[in-house]
Amino acid sequence: MGLIKDTFHNLQELRNSASLANKVFIQRDYSEGTTCKFQTKFPSELENRIERTLFEDTVKTLNNFYAEAEKIGGHSYLEGCLACVTAYLIFLCMETRYEKVLKKIAKYIQEQNEKIYAPRGLLITDPIERGMRVIEISIYEDRGSSGSSSGSSSVSGSTAR
Amino acid sequence: MHIGESMRECEYSQISTRSSTPMETPHKKRSPKRKKWEAFPGRNKFYCDGRIMMAKQTGVFYLTLVLILVTCGLFFTFDCQYLAKELTPIIPVIGGALFLFVLGTLLRTSFSDPGVLPRATPDEAADLERQIDVANGSTGYRPPPRTKEVVINGQTVKLKYCFTCKIFRPPRASHCSLCDNCVERFDHHCPWVGNCVGRRNYRFFYMFILSLSFLTIFIFAFVITHIILSSHQKGFLSALKDSPASVLEVVVCFFSVWSIVGLSGFHTYLISSNQTTNEDIKGSWSSKRGKDNYNPYSYGNIFTNCCAALCGPLPPSLIDRRGYVEADAPQLAAPTNGITMYGATQSQQSHMCDQDQCIQSTKFVLQAAATPLLQQQTSEPVIITSSTENGTSLPARASLTLGGPCSTFPLGQPTPPTSTPSLSCQEAADVLPIHGHTLNHTYPLQEQAPHHHYLTPEEVPSPPGMLHCGSPLGHSHTVQAGFYNPASQDSLHEDSVRGLVKLSSV
Repeated sequence: MGLIKDTFHNLQELRNSASLANKVFIQRDYSEGTTCKFQTKFPSELENRIERTLFEDTVKTLNNFYAEAEKIGGHSYLEGCLACVTAYLIFLCMETRYEKVLKKIAKYIQEQNEKIYAPRGLLITDPIERGMRVIEISIYEDRGSSGSSSGSSSVSGSTAR
Repeated sequence: MHIGESMRECEYSQISTRSSTPMETPHKKRSPKRKKWEAFPGRNKFYCDGRIMMAKQTGVFYLTLVLILVTCGLFFTFDCQYLAKELTPIIPVIGGALFLFVLGTLLRTSFSDPGVLPRATPDEAADLERQIDVANGSTGYRPPPRTKEVVINGQTVKLKYCFTCKIFRPPRASHCSLCDNCVERFDHHCPWVGNCVGRRNYRFFYMFILSLSFLTIFIFAFVITHIILSSHQKGFLSALKDSPASVLEVVVCFFSVWSIVGLSGFHTYLISSNQTTNEDIKGSWSSKRGKDNYNPYSYGNIFTNCCAALCGPLPPSLIDRRGYVEADAPQLAAPTNGITMYGATQSQQSHMCDQDQCIQSTKFVLQAAATPLLQQQTSEPVIITSSTENGTSLPARASLTLGGPCSTFPLGQPTPPTSTPSLSCQEAADVLPIHGHTLNHTYPLQEQAPHHHYLTPEEVPSPPGMLHCGSPLGHSHTVQAGFYNPASQDSLHEDSVRGLVKLSSV
C-alpha cells in the first residue's frame, strides 16, 4: 500500500509538473542481421536522468523478448506446419507466438515505466507503435512552478469527479 | 490530497498494443473517427474496413483469378466426370484440394500486408535529420544520398535512407515505387497477385506458385489423358469435338506450365540460398562481386534456409490498419508540411470539425490515454467540460476549447487552417525530397512560431508566463510543450501523458 502511495506520488508529481522536453530514439542494431535488436548504447541525453545499468537492463530484456519471438526452432516449426496444414485458419482461434510475446513485452514496458522510468520523468514507448524501428524515450522536465500551472492543477483537482 | 483519493477510486481500461479496437468511450460515436487505413500514406487500396490490403493496380490480379477459376471450372465440369468414371474418383478430389489450396494461398498473398514499414513520425525524422546534419556538418544544401554502413555477420551492408519514408531502411528492405511503401525483406512487386511480396507474405506466395505448378501440371496431364482415352474409344477428332473445353484447358496449361514451373524453381533456389529476388537480380551476394562476398543472412544449409523461410515465425503487421486515427499527440519537432501525411489529414479533419467536435476530440485524446499504469479511469472529460462550463477556464485549456482556435486545434500542425486537404500535403511530400528537406528542417521553429502565435496568445486571455509559446524560437522542444500544458495538467494521471505520447505514433 505504501508502495502504491509512493508510485502515485511520483506520477502525480510528474503529471503536475511534466512537460515534454525531449525524445530520445534508440535505434535498431542490425549487426546480427534482420532480427529485432536494439542498440544498448547509452544515449547522452539520459546521462543524468537514469542509471546506465537500469537502462541497459531494460534494453537487453527487450532484446531477449524479441529474440524469443523470432526464434526459429521446434516450436515455431510446429506452429508453421500446423498453420500450413489448416490453411492458416488456425490463427482465427489461436494467437501466434509472436503476438503472445508482444503482449508480454507490452506488460514489461508498462511495468518498467511505472517502476523505474516515470519516477525519473521518462517514458518508454512500445517499439511496436513505431514500426519496430526505435525505442522512443520521452523525457519530461519540470516546468517549474508558475502561478497558473499550480492554479490549474488545483482547479482540475476541485472539479475532478 | 483528495486528488490522490480520487485517483484510487478510479479504474481504467487497458490499451492493447495493437490498438486495433477503439477506445471504449461514450463520446466516440459523436466524433467521426477515421481508421488508420483511411489515412494511410502509401498507394494501397483497402477493402473490408482495412482487413484487405492490395496494391493500386489490381487488373492483372483479376486476370489471374479468372484464369484459374475458368480453367479449373472447365476441368471439373467437363473432364472430371469422364476421368472419375474411367479411372478413379480420387482425381477430382485431389484436383479440388489443390484448387482450394491455390485459391487460399493466392488470396492470402494478395490480401495481406507484405511487411510495410510505417513512415517515421515527425520526431523520429527530425532526430535522424539532426544526426545526419551533425555527421555531415550541416551544409544547408541537400546532402549526398545518405547511407549507413553496418557489419552483419562479417559482411558490410549499406543501409540506405528512404526520402519518402524518412527512415534508414533495415537490411533487405526496399521501397516499392508502385505502392510507395518501404517493405521489409522486399522480394518483388507481383502484378499477378496485385501486391508486393515481402517478409509477411513470401511463404504464401511461394506456396501459391508451388501449388499452382502442381495444379497446372495436374490438369494438363489429366486433360491429355482424357483426350487420349476418349480418342481410343471414339477417334481423335470426335473426342475433341465432344469436349472442346479440354482444348482450351490444354492451351492455357501449356503456356502456364513453363512460366509457373520456372518461377517455382527459381524461388526454390532463392529460398534455399536465403536470398530475395531483389538481391539476386542485383547480384548483391554473388561471388562475382568479390572473393569475400557471401550472403550474411544464409544459415549455411539448405534445409535450415527453407525452414526459416517457410516455417519461421510470422511477424505481425506493423501498420495498424484498423486502429483509429488518434488526434494529434504531443510532438517535439515542428513537423514540416511534407513529413506528416497523417498530420495533414488530421489537421484537415480537425479543421472541418466544429467546436463541439473539437471538445469531443480532446476528450477522446485524453480518455484514450487510459493506459494500464495506474489502473484508473481517466476523468479528463469531466474536467474539460466543467472548465468550459465554468467560464473560468484556464487559459491553456481554453486554447483548446474556444471556438476560434478550433481551427487551430491541430496541436501544433504547421499547416494553416485554410490549407487544402491532404492532396496538397501529398504534393508537398512528393516535392519535399526534390527541394531538399534540410531547408524545412533548418527552420522548423520559424515555420512553427507564427502558427503558435496565431494559435494561443491572441485568442486566449492568458498570462503569458503560462504558455511556453512565448518563446518558441528559444526552444524547439518546448514549443509544443506549452500548447500541451492543459493536457498534461488536466489529467490527474501520468498515464494520460504517456497516452498522449503514444498517440504520436500516428
